[in-house]
Amino acid sequence: MADCSGAQKTLRMIFGFLYGPSGAGRSLRSPGLPQWWRPAVAGLVVALLLALSFSPVLAVEPSEVLDDPVLEVRAREISKGLRCVVCQNQSIDDSNADLARDMRVLVRERLLAGDSNDQVTDYMVSRYGDFVLLNPPFKVATYALWFGPLLIIGLGLFVVVVFYRRRSSTSVAETTPAALSNEESRRLEDLMKDET
Amino acid sequence: MNRLMYLLPLAIFLVIAGYFAKGLTLNPRDMPSMLIDQEVPPFDLKPIKGQVRGLSSEDLKGQVTLVNIFGSWCVACLAEHPMLMKIAEQKLVSIYGIDWREKNPDDGPNWLARRGDPYTLIGDDPQSKAAIAFGVTGAPETFFVDRRGFIRYKHVGPITPENWESTLWPIVQELRKL
Repeated sequence: MADCSGAQKTLRMIFGFLYGPSGAGRSLRSPGLPQWWRPAVAGLVVALLLALSFSPVLAVEPSEVLDDPVLEVRAREISKGLRCVVCQNQSIDDSNADLARDMRVLVRERLLAGDSNDQVTDYMVSRYGDFVLLNPPFKVATYALWFGPLLIIGLGLFVVVVFYRRRSSTSVAETTPAALSNEESRRLEDLMKDET
Repeated sequence: MNRLMYLLPLAIFLVIAGYFAKGLTLNPRDMPSMLIDQEVPPFDLKPIKGQVRGLSSEDLKGQVTLVNIFGSWCVACLAEHPMLMKIAEQKLVSIYGIDWREKNPDDGPNWLARRGDPYTLIGDDPQSKAAIAFGVTGAPETFFVDRRGFIRYKHVGPITPENWESTLWPIVQELRKL
């Protein structure tokens, strides 16, 4: 079975070139360069690749494409949302794995048989679970996922507000201390007399 | 109270670190099967080359069976093959095979001719029809089916003498009691 190709191999190539013991990486090094140049160059290369990768790279083979352009568009739309269970960070639309190919073909067969987009997706979920969806669905089991970040931001804001409230109230206390009671001022006077 | 507040970031960090420690050491290939306690998905596969009978979901009713997904291209299947032969020779349980995604229709039969055929019946699945219906992500995978045709357990990876003794054989015996 074909393994995951494409992006993963490309990344290995780049990092091999930068971090590998031999090849072009070594000739780039010169004693004058500061320590941070390697991560910096790696970052630049990755950024460049990301920018380039937005041009669509298709794993869909010509033989798979449906004659009906409307159905084909729907098939592509569905495929983009389905995870390749072999190369787990790619959609079946992007993946070259054999199983992803068979899943794409199955998506098209079901569309030809008259299934709606949701029926096709539901079939895949019934076989592989929510895991096969690249977008996690909104339901009770995923509330923590969807609301968690909001909750943490809320908690953070609350802590910040409490912190600043406290600080401003203590600073007011420092500048205008409570007035002395009669007892206290009498004692203070006594002390002052003793000094002189 | 105030002093405890300073420990809050540390506490939050520890909680997050705990989740990461658990999450990052899980095997992403271990996925829960959707099919546990479900009826075997209906399928009807043609025989592999040189055999007369294929395999359909109806064949899996009436007794406890194992359904093993394999392929001649699959190295781990080769590793588990001697154990499957042993199970078949000792008639511990019938194993049904799904020959998955052979590039060439001769590959599966040749592989079995060379090493022995532990399977009661084999279905040919060149386009992953049955494999996707079973929610298979790789080979080998073995499904444990009870006599009513319900999937009760899924084993991912090769069956070895160790996991057979410790886990899988007891499961077969449990299923026979049902």
